[in-house]
Amino acid sequence: MPDCNKVLLVQAELDGELGAAEAASLAAHRAECPICQTAAAELMQARALIRDDLYQPVADDVRQRIMAALDAARPARRPQPSAAATPALPQWWRGWWSPWWSSGASFGLGAACAAVLAFFLIMPAMPPGLTEQVVAGHVRALQPGHLQDVASEDRHTVKPWFDGKLDFAPPVKDLAAAHFPLTGGRLDYLDGRPVAALVYQHDKHLINLFVWPGAGDEAPQTAERQGYNIVHWSQDGMNFWAVSDVEMAQLKQFAADWRRTP
Amino acid sequence: MPNPLSNDTFEAVVLPHLDAAHNLARWLMRDAASAEDVLQEAMLRALTYFPSFKGVNPRGWLLQIVRNTAYASMNLNRGVDLVPITTGSDEGEDVIARLPSGEDDPETTLIKARERERVRQMIAALPIELRETLVLRELEELSYKEIADVTHTPIGTVMSRLWRARRLLAQAARRDEAA
Repeated sequence: MPDCNKVLLVQAELDGELGAAEAASLAAHRAECPICQTAAAELMQARALIRDDLYQPVADDVRQRIMAALDAARPARRPQPSAAATPALPQWWRGWWSPWWSSGASFGLGAACAAVLAFFLIMPAMPPGLTEQVVAGHVRALQPGHLQDVASEDRHTVKPWFDGKLDFAPPVKDLAAAHFPLTGGRLDYLDGRPVAALVYQHDKHLINLFVWPGAGDEAPQTAERQGYNIVHWSQDGMNFWAVSDVEMAQLKQFAADWRRTP
Repeated sequence: MPNPLSNDTFEAVVLPHLDAAHNLARWLMRDAASAEDVLQEAMLRALTYFPSFKGVNPRGWLLQIVRNTAYASMNLNRGVDLVPITTGSDEGEDVIARLPSGEDDPETTLIKARERERVRQMIAALPIELRETLVLRELEELSYKEIADVTHTPIGTVMSRLWRARRLLAQAARRDEAA
């Protein structure tokens, strides 16, 4: 890479990503910097190569097959009395399994089907929308004055605070002995419903634990978004989503301590 | 939270981005068949997760699902199928499908198709993280921020990947002209 720390700004300007003031100061630099001039020429050369005809829209026959698969998946997604017969499979899995089954070998995947099945049963994908919401909730909470509605290290203060504010009683645990002291709680809104947010601390880091009623008992799963780590699980009829900038190992430890503590 | 009504808006909100989803899948995957598999699985996932989608950028959201699905599929197939499938028949059909355009004479059309195929191969030869960044920028015309969101990558990394992708492309073009 040419040795000028402004070449990425030259590129950003060509991509229309710079504000007027930045662009003006860059233009002054570019006029005197041969490296940036060469870079600009090279970038424009590369951009000229890529024309619209490289775009690969979906072909009509593929579109029709996708639409058919979506239609076939739809009834399976609605709540059905027979759903209890196959409780182990997530609904979306049943949905996209069935059209494959009925359209037989047309996908030619053979053994890969089994691998896909195993993969998704072992590692169910997390709903992306919710993960993003949880991170957004965490980031929002970090803004001044938004972290907690009730500030207390005493769970006997935090837990009653939620009374009458939610249609459920969130469990509140004291994890100070495990080096995750409670600092408070607040109301938040996730997945279309009000939820409890508990705030814990670990060294200088904050952990938001979102809690709302759910079903089942799921082992912790992890994710990472925008530099934040996320661990979620369910137990005792509640969903738990912990999000923080602490390291994943520590967040997993937090989840394990929470699950263990009565 | 399954909500039958939200299926109706899936058509209005997500389906308009089917072309974008296919374009990304096709550039990430090595052949048309696996791109279609990835596209189908991604669309079904999108349908399932749609009730919990509350963002303002459905295209970015869908592209993120496509990318995750493609990466999962590539990890699964690693070791199963290491030999690249020849692009011959697949791409040949593709070229022929685009040939009749009416406005150019056949010779010009053929030259254009060849040129397009040449650039396509140069882009396809880029490492995947550079390729996806370039495709999202140049063909999907996403902003740096949107690319960062779709690829779970800091904006600074997006910028340097884009820069490397373009340099490699410009170099390949110069080598090509020299040859």
